[in-house]
Amino acid sequence: MAKAYTPGLKVTARTLHRVRRSLPVAGEVTVRVGDRVEATQVVARTYTDGEIMPVNLANLLGVPAGDVPALMLKRAGDEVRAGETVARSRGIFGMMRKDAVSPSGGTIESISEATGQMILRGPQQPVEVLAYMPGRVIDVLPREGALIENEVMLVQGIFGIGGEAFGPIRMACDRPDMRLEASMITTEMRGAVVVGGARMTADAIRRAKEVGASAVISGGIDDQDLRDFLGYDLGVAITGSERVGLTFIITEGFGDIAMATRTHDLLASHVGQEASVNGSTQIRAGVLRPEIMVALGDGAERAGAHRVETGGELSIGTAVRVIRDPHFGRIGAVTALPHEPAVLGSGSKARVLEVRLEGGESVVVPRANVELIEE
Amino acid sequence: MMDGSSPTHTDPASKPAIDPDRIRWILATDCGSTTTKAILIEKVGNEYRQTQRGEAPTTVEEPFADVTVGVVNALTEIGELAGRRFIDDAGNIIRPATETEGCDIYISTSSAGGGLQMMVAGVVAQMTAASAKRAALGAGAIVMDTIAANDKRKPHEQIQRIRELRPDMVLISGGTDGGNTHQVIQIAELIAPAKPRPRFGGEYHLPIIFAGNRDAAPRIREIFRDGFDLAVVDNLRPVLEQENLGPARDKIHDVFLEHVMAHAPGYDKLISWADAPIMPTPGAVGDILQRIAERDRINAVGVDIGGATTDVFSVFGGVFNRTVSANLGMSYSISNVCAEATMPKVLRWVHLDMDERELRNRVKNKMIRPTTIPQTLEALVFEQAVSREALRLAYLQHKEFATTLKGVQQQRTVGDLFAQGSASHSIVDNMKLDLLVASGGVLSHAPRMEQTAAMLIDAFEPEGFTTLAKDSIFMMPHLGVLASVHPRAAMEVFERDCLILLGTCIAAKGHGRPGKPCFAYRFTPSVGAALAGEMHVGDLKLIRLTEGQTAEAEIVPDRHFDVGAGPGKPVRRTIRGGTVGIILDARGRPLELPEDRADCRARMTRWVADLELYP
Repeated sequence: MAKAYTPGLKVTARTLHRVRRSLPVAGEVTVRVGDRVEATQVVARTYTDGEIMPVNLANLLGVPAGDVPALMLKRAGDEVRAGETVARSRGIFGMMRKDAVSPSGGTIESISEATGQMILRGPQQPVEVLAYMPGRVIDVLPREGALIENEVMLVQGIFGIGGEAFGPIRMACDRPDMRLEASMITTEMRGAVVVGGARMTADAIRRAKEVGASAVISGGIDDQDLRDFLGYDLGVAITGSERVGLTFIITEGFGDIAMATRTHDLLASHVGQEASVNGSTQIRAGVLRPEIMVALGDGAERAGAHRVETGGELSIGTAVRVIRDPHFGRIGAVTALPHEPAVLGSGSKARVLEVRLEGGESVVVPRANVELIEE
Repeated sequence: MMDGSSPTHTDPASKPAIDPDRIRWILATDCGSTTTKAILIEKVGNEYRQTQRGEAPTTVEEPFADVTVGVVNALTEIGELAGRRFIDDAGNIIRPATETEGCDIYISTSSAGGGLQMMVAGVVAQMTAASAKRAALGAGAIVMDTIAANDKRKPHEQIQRIRELRPDMVLISGGTDGGNTHQVIQIAELIAPAKPRPRFGGEYHLPIIFAGNRDAAPRIREIFRDGFDLAVVDNLRPVLEQENLGPARDKIHDVFLEHVMAHAPGYDKLISWADAPIMPTPGAVGDILQRIAERDRINAVGVDIGGATTDVFSVFGGVFNRTVSANLGMSYSISNVCAEATMPKVLRWVHLDMDERELRNRVKNKMIRPTTIPQTLEALVFEQAVSREALRLAYLQHKEFATTLKGVQQQRTVGDLFAQGSASHSIVDNMKLDLLVASGGVLSHAPRMEQTAAMLIDAFEPEGFTTLAKDSIFMMPHLGVLASVHPRAAMEVFERDCLILLGTCIAAKGHGRPGKPCFAYRFTPSVGAALAGEMHVGDLKLIRLTEGQTAEAEIVPDRHFDVGAGPGKPVRRTIRGGTVGIILDARGRPLELPEDRADCRARMTRWVADLELYP
């Protein structure tokens, strides 16, 4: 049987999932191997260096740079408060002295006789890493973080905005082909992960933000609505650090497109359960897709679950989603994998496959334009 | 996994000198972010030809985490195609070549893992910082940011930026030798406490190259004493009127090999295999373009448009420049191209009726699923329209950047220096451009070569006589490195197998009313009858002249137009044919398209037919 490799997104009812939670710089790990952790529990914390601020004391005192060290009232390593005098000029016969005051609080890191600059470092900033997913700590990375494992329901989206968010799943659309409108978002959805159906409208996202929803998941979004909501046109798909008041994820793509029935059904089967959601998307080498997961239990106690990898082999009968026009978003099963390249409507030659779409229509599509729907 | 190095695989510096005349089998790889591309060059009769190619996924990331696995896979594929064994049972390259197996030379370039990423800094943005940027770009780096005392950011904003970046190395310049040390030290005092974090984690000491005022070096050494790996090289602006990029560029290559590559998985082995230092891919492309321009005494521009970025290389009057337009690309960055160019500008190049809202969604869908390809003609036309804008913007950036001379021998006046940054002082002159070389998916894989030629002409707007070519299978990186060990083989393969000549574009510079005379032409081909006619303003015309053929061309422009000798002055030249032929362009320069969408579509429809672009 003909086979080919193609990428896909995970939509799985149960999988053994592992997350690596680590600090950006070395710090303290607050959990131990074997601990059970909740999603919002801190597993590691540290402090990052404070902001640094150069202060040109030579200018402030009106003296040559080389004179500055001798005029310092404070030394490198001293803590200073905002407004505190750190250096004083000698003036003329002790008169008309000038004071240089620190513009903010912090610690003096260095004083340069070459430039007359004082480098002031602000207070350290605390950084905490949450578990993100409820589960068991299976490994501790000394001074860095921890590995957490659990069986989860896992749905990968195609694109998201905003970072990690948590909340119970609430369904706003009964069917995957229903457009997510503002009227479907209610005040009871405060703090929830709201699941829509097809395209989410700009009004629906705004309404979700108003009611304080934690996240919104739906099939698609219009680019114009995304731009209106963000206030700018997104140039590259590297997201996650936006501060827009909520996280949202599309599962299929841009435009009027229904959520895959299986995805919708799977999310619906977990209504009321706590979900961990991350909108971060990075489409470059080392692809990162947004995700929605619900912890199912302790992985060590369950048998039969397996780790799933993205991508897999295409063969006759494989379920695929077409990911480019003219059949964008349609789902079907592979019926043939011809070996020889075919000439496309564009005039290009490419390897293709035949797909029988839901509804019975048979179409020929470049292999590059389908993705696996993973079990 | 393979064994380490065999006795024959030693450091390139310690290898015996290669006798060029005895070389028969050459293997070259380019380890890209996703694909490792290999080519085989053989001595066939008395000349070198590229005979086989193979590729395999790059294996820098888990689960392999060893670049040489992908290299061996690509070379194995070549071996199967060539019917010759290049890899032994232990997974090493077989050398030296025997009658039946192995190769004589193995070389490689690399852009895996995102290539070489640098931050540069200087005192004045338009002077030392610009020189530092040129040195970094010329060495094949991606410049993540340029910090300068006058870059209009406040010190804390600069510090914040430095902390966000994760460069492979930092190049600092500033001050002329013997001049004021104050400002360059101030820049260093900003960078050191900001502690830029290297990409390769905590154990890695970030390399800093200092190429500024030599009098500042002792203090710079103190500032970067702890936690950094400092190298001090000759000032890249020893005096204001002189630019000396060589030492900084060489040091960047050394640090790339010794630090960056050494931390990438499997590169220690790859370095030991190669007969020449591993070069960053764009650096090698620049090298081969410079050699060709120097040998043929021509001015040349090369472009490589990828999914995320577009590289432009130029050699004008012997001066080399390279720019990388980050976020101008055809998949990962396609949305950014549309945002920067604006959708109406993209749609100028589309002769079909398209719905803008629908197109915007399609652009975003391509961005999130970057490996998809156009299936319909409509989708192809749109992508080629986007590519024209990506190329146009990248070339514009290049022209604005390529303003100064490179090399210590080349002198400029102080007056020139203060004038730089203005597009009018760009050394890129389209009228003097002889050769325009295209590479990158959208240009290389266009179903018709006419489409490639049209994209180049619309985006670059060559003037006068310009030969158009494309790099057949993106071989220029391989040949760039090969040129350093076997120049003859590199040049022969470049001529015979690398470049596919599309033909010659003849375009008149100037403006006139549509329909008025622009220029008269007469061609006397090496084979066949002479052909003559007249072009009117707004016309495009395709005349077939096949590859290998030449023609004597005589162009007589109207007094408002210039084809190289000045307005109204005739030009005679021998021109080369190609897979497309001769394209006569009387649309005027700079190229202006109607603002009105309907008028523009009508005009595009005519031009599409004139050049037989689409079925």
